[in-house]
Amino acid sequence: MCGLCQTRRVFGVLIRIDSVTKRYPDGTVAVDNLSLEIPDRAITVFVGPSGCGKTTTLRMINRMIEPSDGTITIDGKDITQQPVNTLRRSMGYVIQNAGLFQHRTIIDNIATVPRLLGWDKGKARARARELMERVGLDAALAKRYPYQLSGGQQQRVGVARALAADPPVLLMDEPFSAVDPVVRKGLQDELLRIQDELGKTIVFVTHDIDEAVKIGTMVAVMRTGGHLAQFAPPAELLSRPADAFVEDFLGADRGIRRLSFFGSVGLGLRTTPIVAVDATAEQIAERSTPDVPYLLVTDVDGRPLGWSEPRQLTAGAIDPARLLSYGRPFRHGEESLRAALDGAVLSPTGWAVAVGADGRVAGVVSQQSIGEAIRAAHAEGRDGRDGRDGFGGLDGLSDEKVAG
Amino acid sequence: MNVLHYISSFFSDSSHWHGYDGIPTRLREHIQYSLIALAIAAAIGLPVGLLTGHTGRGGNTVAFVATAGRALPSFGLLVLMFVLLGLGLTPVMIPLVVLAVPPILVTTYEAVRTVDPSPVDAARGMGMAESRVLFQVELPVALPLILSGLRSAAIQIVSTATIAAYVSLGGLGRYIVDGLYQRNYEKVVGGASLVAILALVTLGFFWAVARFTVSPGVRRRAL
Amino acid sequence: MSAGLFDIPSDLQNTYWGLVVQHLREALIPVVVGLVVALPVAQLCVRLRWLYPPVLWVTTILYAIPSLAFFVVLIDYTGQTETTVMIPLGVYSLVVFVPAIVDGVRSVPQETLDAATAMGLGPVRRYFQVQLPIAAPAIIAGLRVATVSSISLVSVGMLIGNQGGLGNLLNDGMIYHQNRLVWLSVIGTAVLAILADALLVLVRLLVTPWMPRGSRKPRPVDEPEPVTAVLEDAVR
Repeated sequence: MCGLCQTRRVFGVLIRIDSVTKRYPDGTVAVDNLSLEIPDRAITVFVGPSGCGKTTTLRMINRMIEPSDGTITIDGKDITQQPVNTLRRSMGYVIQNAGLFQHRTIIDNIATVPRLLGWDKGKARARARELMERVGLDAALAKRYPYQLSGGQQQRVGVARALAADPPVLLMDEPFSAVDPVVRKGLQDELLRIQDELGKTIVFVTHDIDEAVKIGTMVAVMRTGGHLAQFAPPAELLSRPADAFVEDFLGADRGIRRLSFFGSVGLGLRTTPIVAVDATAEQIAERSTPDVPYLLVTDVDGRPLGWSEPRQLTAGAIDPARLLSYGRPFRHGEESLRAALDGAVLSPTGWAVAVGADGRVAGVVSQQSIGEAIRAAHAEGRDGRDGRDGFGGLDGLSDEKVAG
Repeated sequence: MNVLHYISSFFSDSSHWHGYDGIPTRLREHIQYSLIALAIAAAIGLPVGLLTGHTGRGGNTVAFVATAGRALPSFGLLVLMFVLLGLGLTPVMIPLVVLAVPPILVTTYEAVRTVDPSPVDAARGMGMAESRVLFQVELPVALPLILSGLRSAAIQIVSTATIAAYVSLGGLGRYIVDGLYQRNYEKVVGGASLVAILALVTLGFFWAVARFTVSPGVRRRAL
Repeated sequence: MSAGLFDIPSDLQNTYWGLVVQHLREALIPVVVGLVVALPVAQLCVRLRWLYPPVLWVTTILYAIPSLAFFVVLIDYTGQTETTVMIPLGVYSLVVFVPAIVDGVRSVPQETLDAATAMGLGPVRRYFQVQLPIAAPAIIAGLRVATVSSISLVSVGMLIGNQGGLGNLLNDGMIYHQNRLVWLSVIGTAVLAILADALLVLVRLLVTPWMPRGSRKPRPVDEPEPVTAVLEDAVR
C-alpha cells in the first residue's frame, strides 16, 4: 500500500496489528484478519460504518477485548507479555461521554492515573492543573463536579485525564460524537493543537468521515465485518479511493473536499481592480480594465467593503450599502484552494478576495484563475509523487491539510 | 383527644422513667437488639450484594431472595422460632436478621448494577484493578441507594423487634404487648409513640449519614 | 388432605379456609383502596413537580412507622376490628404506590407524549391510553410489593383481638403447644404471598407483551434518591 510506504519514510512504526481476528461465541466476526501498522507520533483514525470493528480493534490495543487470533505489539513488545494494568496505565483512554467519575472533583478526576502510579496527592494535583490549562479549561473549574460542567467541558476533562501521566499512546473512542457540531469543531481544533505541542501517538475511532479527514494523518477505512478497505493519508483517500465502498463512504464532493489539501500560496492575485472608498474619478478610471468587469472597494485601511461595476461608482460619494457582497475572503498562503474557491462562489461577481493576516486586501482572483490553479495542482500531483511546495502538500511528505 | 391524653400521662408518670421497665432501659434494649441484627444482616448482605452487583452474576438468585424475603411473614417467623427454639435472644435474632438481609442484598445489587457503565469502562481502561473499580468508582456512586437499602432494613428491624416483645423480647414492644394484655391503653399508646419516634430517629440518622458520606458530585445538590 | 391437619381450635370460631378468606380480605382490600387513592395523588405529583419531594418525605415517614404502633393507636377510634388492621395497611400500600406510579408515568418518553398529542389525543385519553400502559410495569412492581407486604403484615393483627387472619393461629399454637398450628400459619401466609406475587407477574406478562422478558433496562441517572429504594423494602 502506497500510504504505508510514505508512512515508513517519515514516521517510526509504533503499534503493529498483525493478522488480528476477533470472533465471538455466537459466530459473529467483529474483526477479520486485520493487519495494520500505526505510525508513531501521528493521529491514526479508524473510520467506518457501525459493525465494522473499529471500536473492537481499538479496545484490543489496551486489551479491554482480547483477540481470538493474531498479535499486537507496541514498540516491538507483544502486549500480552506484560500485566494488563501496567499496559493500560501506559496509555490514555478517552471514550464517548467522557466517563468521568461523578463523585470526584474535576481535579481529582484528572489526577486519577498519576495517583494510581503512586504520585503523591500534591504532585498529582499540580500536574492536573497544568493539564487543565493545556486543554483549555478554566482553572476555576478545578473544584467543581462533573455534573456542573457542559458536555464539551466534560470531554476536555476526559482528554486531560488521559494525558495526565504523559502516556506515549492515546486511545480515543468516538470522543467527540456526543457533543453538538459547534463544540465538536472546537474540540477537534484543540486536539490538533495539543498534538502539535505534544506529538503523541493517537488512535482515534469515529464514524464521521469528515472528522477522519480533518484530523487524521493516516486513515483506516473499515467495512462491516471487520475488514480493512483502505489505509492511507486523507488526501490519497480522497483522490484515489481503493474501491466502490470507500468511494461511497467518502460521500459526495470528494473532489471539492480534496481541494483542502492544496495550498493557495502559489495562486496568482490581481491587485489592479481595487479602489479605496475615497478614490477620485481618475483613480477609478485608472483601475478599471476591460477584462475585469468589477472593482473591489475597500475602506481607508484596505479592508474589503464590496464589489461594484466601475461606471456605477460616483467618485467621492461611494455608498458602501450599494455594493455587491464580497463573499468570504480567504487568507492567502494560509488557507487552501478550497477556501479560495468557496470565496469565489459566494461572491455574486465570481471573484474571491484574498486578505493577509491583518485582514487587509492582498488581491483578488477569479474563479477561472482558481480553476486553472486546481488543474495545475492535479497535473503536478500526477507527475511527481514526492510532494512539493508551491501548491502545498499533496499525498506526500507533509500530508497536512491546509487550513480550511 | 384520647390518644394525646394517654401519651402525656404515660410520659409524665415518673415510674416509667426508672427500673427495668423504665423507658431508658427499654429504649436501650431495643436499640441494642436492632443494632446487632443490622450489623449481622449488613455483614451478610453488603458483601454479597456488592460482589453480585459488580460481576453481574447471580441475578436470578438475587431476584429469588427478593421475593422470598418479602413473602416470609415476620410475625409468623418470630413465633415459629420461639416454639422451635424456645426463649432467648437467638430465636429472635434469626428472624430479625433473615428478614433484614433481603432489602440490603437486593438494593445493594441493584445499586451497583445500575451504575453508569461509562466511568467503569474508563476506569478499567485506565488500568485500575477490579477491586479498585468496585470500591472507588462503583461504590461511591451506588452509595445513596445502598444507604436507602440499609435504612429500609433498619426500619424493618425496629418494627419487627417491636413485635418480638410478644415472644418475650424486651425493648419498647414490651409496653405495647404488656399494655394490650393489661388493657392499659396509656402504656400501649405510650409505647407506640416511643417506637414511632425511634423509627423517625432512625430515618434521621440515615439521612445524616447520607449527607456526610455521599459525594456532592453524586448528590448533585448545592455545594 | 389428611383429616385433622387443618383443624383449628374452636375458640377461633372459624375454619382454616375461613381464616384464609379473612386474611386475604384484610390484605387485599387495603391494597386496592391504596391504589385507587394513589392514582390521583401520583398524577398531581407528576403535574406539579414541586409537590413530589414533600409528598415523598411524608410517605417515607409514614412507611417508617412500625405496623404494631400504627395498629394500636387506632384501637381507640376503630376498636379491635378488621378496620383497625386495614387502615394502616391501606396507608402502607398508598405509600408504596405513589412513588411507583410517579416513576412509571415519568418514564414515558416526552417524544411519545408529544406524538400522542399531535395525533389529537386529549389529556384524559393520553393518560389512559399512553401513560398508564407504559407505566404499567412500574405500577405492577408496586402492586407486588404492596400485596406481599400486606399479606405478611395482616398476621400482626392477631394482637388486636384476633383480627390477624392466619396470624390468629399463632397465639393458639403457642398456648396449646401445637406447633402444627404455627406451621399452618407461617406456611399458609407464605404460600398466599408467593401465589399473589406469581399471579401479578403473570398479569404483567399479559398486560405488557411489548416488554422484553426479564428486562434489564439501564436506569437513567436523574434523581439521587431513586424510587427503587421504597420498592425493595421487605415485609414488615
